[in-house]
Amino acid sequence: MSPFLAGITWLLVFQALGEAAVRLAGLPLPGPVAGMGLLFAALVVRGPVPEALAAAADGLARHLSLLFVPAGVGVMLYVRQLADEWVPIVVALAASTVLAIAVAAWVFARLAGRERDGATSEPSP
Amino acid sequence: MSDPLFALWVYLAATPLAGLALTLVAYAAGWSAYARARFHPLANPVPIAVALIVAALAATGTDYRTYFDGAQFVHFLLGPAVVGLAVPLAREWPRVRRLARPIAGALAAGSLAAAASVVALAWVLGATPRTIASIAPKSVTAPIAMGIAEQLGGLPALAAVFAVTTGVLGAVVGKYVLDAVRVRDRAARGFALGLAAHGIGTARAFQVHAEAGAFAGLAFGLHGLVAALVFPFVPSLLRWLM
Repeated sequence: MSPFLAGITWLLVFQALGEAAVRLAGLPLPGPVAGMGLLFAALVVRGPVPEALAAAADGLARHLSLLFVPAGVGVMLYVRQLADEWVPIVVALAASTVLAIAVAAWVFARLAGRERDGATSEPSP
Repeated sequence: MSDPLFALWVYLAATPLAGLALTLVAYAAGWSAYARARFHPLANPVPIAVALIVAALAATGTDYRTYFDGAQFVHFLLGPAVVGLAVPLAREWPRVRRLARPIAGALAAGSLAAAASVVALAWVLGATPRTIASIAPKSVTAPIAMGIAEQLGGLPALAAVFAVTTGVLGAVVGKYVLDAVRVRDRAARGFALGLAAHGIGTARAFQVHAEAGAFAGLAFGLHGLVAALVFPFVPSLLRWLM
């Protein structure tokens, strides 16, 4: 089996385990998030990440933004509803997103209290 | 209109192929624009692809459900992609453990700031209660935001639209906000992007640096986890306070 196929298979198996765990435990969590937790626990216990798994996971992560396109197109369903309220919606989303990024980054950097990485990390998101 | 071309069009429009191909072609166009702009944050491929697809659907009079019959195959991969975020996290585990305090602090402060500010602003500016309930989990990844919005009395599909919009906004403005607050550390920058802009912010972080991506994925997963556990209790908590 090609490494990519083996990797995808592992991801789907852990997603299924996550779905099963969520249903059995009655948790208010999506299955994939539980699957991520289970896979993470398995990787920490077992040691280095298998190459096949890394190939599949990194491939999906690189184009993670593609996967949100179908949900984003859903905006067309709500054009009329959003037309009445677009000012509060746009202002609230934009201001709150800026605030959340600033607060999270500032608190993280403050608590980490390390400026030593600062000078070397130039290409930054 | 009895020609074979029209018959072919009718056939293709009714199969999942059209929606799937359209999604990938539009994304490829968005990606090539993004690459040509040297991965400038303002040229994010998601809004480009969404605009192209909405224009194509409007021009051909195709409804969203027909489109989604094909696009669902792309949408489905969100599941394994989220599971796969365990991989960068496991690679960065030694650092993550050392940074437990900043991670916990930024998670608490950031998630509170994200939810409280959007609800307060939308309310003050006169949004309807249903919109407010749908917008509250906007920084949480779409599948979790949909569940939360439903519990709060909002519309799940609208919550998904707000979540994607927030993700795009965060990926676009993130660099400028982070520069303005003068945070240069890659772990802190990635974490903030993943927390505020979930998967799309995480994608942006990965495009810039693997370490930033790993911390973005961590923030995105943790925020989803915490939000899914805490949000359902918010209405009763507010009622108890008032």
